[in-house]
Amino acid sequence: MEVSTEYAVQMHGITKRFGSFCALDHVNLDVKKGSIHAVLGENGAGKSTLMNILYGLYQADSGEVYLNGKKTAIKNPNIAIEHGIGMVHQHFMLVDNFTVTQNIILGNEVTGKFGIIDTKKAREKVLEIVKKYGLEVDPDAKIEDISVGMQQRVEILKALYRGADLLILDEPTAVLIPQEIDELIGIMRSLISDGKTIIIITHKLKEIKASSEVCTIIRRGQYIDTVSVADVDEEQLATKMVGHAVQLVVDKTPAKPGDVIFEIDHLTVKDERGLDSVRDLSLKIRRGEILGIAGIDGNGQKELVEAITCLARAQSGTIKINGAEIQNTTPRNVIDHKVSTIHEDRQRRGLVLPFTVAENAVIEKYRTPEFSTHGKIDRTKMSLFTHKLIEDYDVRPAGCENQPVRGLSGGNQQKVIIAREISNEPDLLIAVQPTRGLDVGAVEYVHKMLVRERDAGRAVLLISLELDEVMNVADTIGIIYAGTIVDSFPQGQVDENTIGLLMAGGKLNETDSQNP
Amino acid sequence: MKLTAKILKKPIASTLIAVFFGFIVAAVILLVAGYHPGQAFSALFHGIFARPKYISNVIIKATPIILTGLSVAFAFQTGLFNIGAEGQYIAGAVSAVLVGVKLNLPPLLQIPAVVLAGVLGGTLFGWVVGYLKAKFGIHEVITSIMLNWIGLYLSNFVVASSAYHMPNSTSSYPVNESSFTMLLPNWKTSDAGMAALKQHKWLYDVMLKTDVNFGFLIAVLMAAFIWYLLYRSTKGYELRAVGFNRDAAEFAGINVNRNIVDAMVIAGALSGLAGALAITGTAPHSISTLAAFENNGFNGLSVALIAGSSPVGCIFAGLLFGGLLYGGQSVQQDVGAPTEIINIMIGTIVFFVALTKVIPVLAEKLEKRGAAHVQ
Ligand SMILES: Nc1ncnc2c1ncn2[C@@H]1O[C@H](COP(=O)(O)OP(=O)(O)O)[C@@H](O)[C@H]1O
Ligand SMILES: [Mg+2]
Repeated sequence: MEVSTEYAVQMHGITKRFGSFCALDHVNLDVKKGSIHAVLGENGAGKSTLMNILYGLYQADSGEVYLNGKKTAIKNPNIAIEHGIGMVHQHFMLVDNFTVTQNIILGNEVTGKFGIIDTKKAREKVLEIVKKYGLEVDPDAKIEDISVGMQQRVEILKALYRGADLLILDEPTAVLIPQEIDELIGIMRSLISDGKTIIIITHKLKEIKASSEVCTIIRRGQYIDTVSVADVDEEQLATKMVGHAVQLVVDKTPAKPGDVIFEIDHLTVKDERGLDSVRDLSLKIRRGEILGIAGIDGNGQKELVEAITCLARAQSGTIKINGAEIQNTTPRNVIDHKVSTIHEDRQRRGLVLPFTVAENAVIEKYRTPEFSTHGKIDRTKMSLFTHKLIEDYDVRPAGCENQPVRGLSGGNQQKVIIAREISNEPDLLIAVQPTRGLDVGAVEYVHKMLVRERDAGRAVLLISLELDEVMNVADTIGIIYAGTIVDSFPQGQVDENTIGLLMAGGKLNETDSQNP
Repeated sequence: MKLTAKILKKPIASTLIAVFFGFIVAAVILLVAGYHPGQAFSALFHGIFARPKYISNVIIKATPIILTGLSVAFAFQTGLFNIGAEGQYIAGAVSAVLVGVKLNLPPLLQIPAVVLAGVLGGTLFGWVVGYLKAKFGIHEVITSIMLNWIGLYLSNFVVASSAYHMPNSTSSYPVNESSFTMLLPNWKTSDAGMAALKQHKWLYDVMLKTDVNFGFLIAVLMAAFIWYLLYRSTKGYELRAVGFNRDAAEFAGINVNRNIVDAMVIAGALSGLAGALAITGTAPHSISTLAAFENNGFNGLSVALIAGSSPVGCIFAGLLFGGLLYGGQSVQQDVGAPTEIINIMIGTIVFFVALTKVIPVLAEKLEKRGAAHVQ
């Protein structure tokens, strides 16, 4: 591609290695001025790395960067900022106990006489930007008191305050509910109409269709294609992203639920600070049913799981499996009552990383006669058992039972956990964020497994921050807000916006409610 | 290239490289200080290997630090930093003396009683640390360091007490002879024994001129036992799971607190055993007033580090350490170089062992580069 002043950014032949690993291999990116340009790729494709190079956080091993048609060496973020580049990172970089204004001016303070910060002037300038782009946010609120969506706006404001003309948004929608996503797209539009340019990083297809004009796809560090978004559909984008045809909807038959085997009644749990994080929560799951819980992070999901697995105390209420109360006992007791949990934090709760795959596979069973006699572990049986699991669940590399689990990829580590938990033949299978950080192929696989276990007559509790996942996989969708299930719906009888509203604490009009 | 990488990946390779560098650094320092490194090293090796008696003494010196090393290495494997081996060792020695001086049974009963007392002493110290960590989350390093001092003053208190103080000395009474764990202690000093040993110069040297005792054998057995415990038993599986990742262990239904206490108890028992065997196996069979730590436990830290926390590795690391400590005396005697040179050498070895943790990583790189060349 020619270098031209038509383009705000042109990155040509960018290669970046981390040690011997090649994160980017001759990647190109040409972003027209005044456009919204999406960069699409699976987790680990190299999207953030490419943007970090543009922002001067990393240096490319080879390749050129042109800004407005001029070759530029961006050695550090200060140079990037000087050239009008602003970046909103995947993980926000805000000071929690500072106000919005303080955060925005941090490192770029307006100083009056004697070097004293002129807060008034700064505040006015912030308000000016807020008005101009409809970025509504209270300049005097503390970061810790505002929602994640608001925090993101602060990050955008911060970039604009520093005079950004080109805004990089790295996975901006990962933390937002549907309504907030719509608002964000609105803000992006108003920025464009003011002549700004935006690069949006994502692995979600729907948002690209909704927001962008052009999309560049990278896969495992390779440049794949740049397409006009209007000319392709989601399936085509997915195929380019993954490299083969994928199934975007979960293939399942209607549920044939049996008896209720798991029941939570008026459960209340306090968090570390002594606040009620789960409040008077009740739910029921039947055999052969997947109950999906949708909600924004921090609404009690974590504490709910901890209470069920007896890592946290239930303040009041009961948790019953097959009629037996298990609250406030021990994790061991919960496992013995045939509850298996795929924890969201694979590496902290799910696996002992320095242990071998086999050692991890038996972590709930090493004491059973199957694997030990008189306190002596039977390593042969352990290996054989794991070898079979590895084959059944297609964990790669094949035959890795005696290798440390640390060496496996994220998707394969997750497979080990899933295989282990399902091999317990539980009555209740809990899956918390089971596809976090996995690529599309692995996501498909995990969903299939959950449906398979449902069909085998288990009760499945799926807790996820990905609304799409809950809507696609669950038979019944419950919405958690402020520590309680505010409403629930059978699959297919509720739309995304209704759920989004409930997730944000909104109320449905009587007539809107589909729940008797 | 591949072969080099493969060899370098073995933990023993980095240890040997570290030892090698330890010698190089020591040589440089000797040179700077105006001594001839060749002479000094030949004195060192002479002092270790020249006579059976020397070798025997090295083994005797190595015995307690193999055990304290084992104690530290075991704790490491279970995620705990047992800096308290020193105090546990002292507790073991004191307890052995408390019982061994007062009790006088036939050896077959007396020895187990005295050794067991020492083990219990160390165990108690370990248990306190484990309990405080499990119950209140107090870090083991803090409580261990405090217990080290408690051990030191406890020992001095016992030495000074009228029941145990040996008049006109700075030490306690020795334990009764029935507690001794030397090889044939009575026979070897009898006329018949002397006559028999005279026949074999080698045996005579070892038996009569050193406190050759059963301690080393027990240390080796313990290393094997700890290896088995850690890698072949369900208990060891739990201990290691808790050590590597408490959160995952807890989530899988393993009782984390219980295993922390158990790990410290076992670590304490090992160090206590070291203290007890030092009392029963070597002269003067008593405890003396301590002005400072004797480092039997702290040296265990170095041993565990050099051994890479491998139980069996502790045997060899302990022997190396014992050799340097004992042979180092000859460097002073023969060449006149200060023994600090030996300490510097030991320090350098430990330093390089820590440093050579990167060698396997380098080896991996080398391997990858090799692979790239093949393509
Ligand atoms: N600082 C780093 N050191 C080593 N590897 C890195 C580093 N940053 C990223 N990587 C690797 O580069 C690849 C691309 O990462 P990234 O750009 O974050 O992907 P994504 O497309 O999900 O944003 C991943 O495999 C990641 O593990
Ligand atoms: Mg990223």
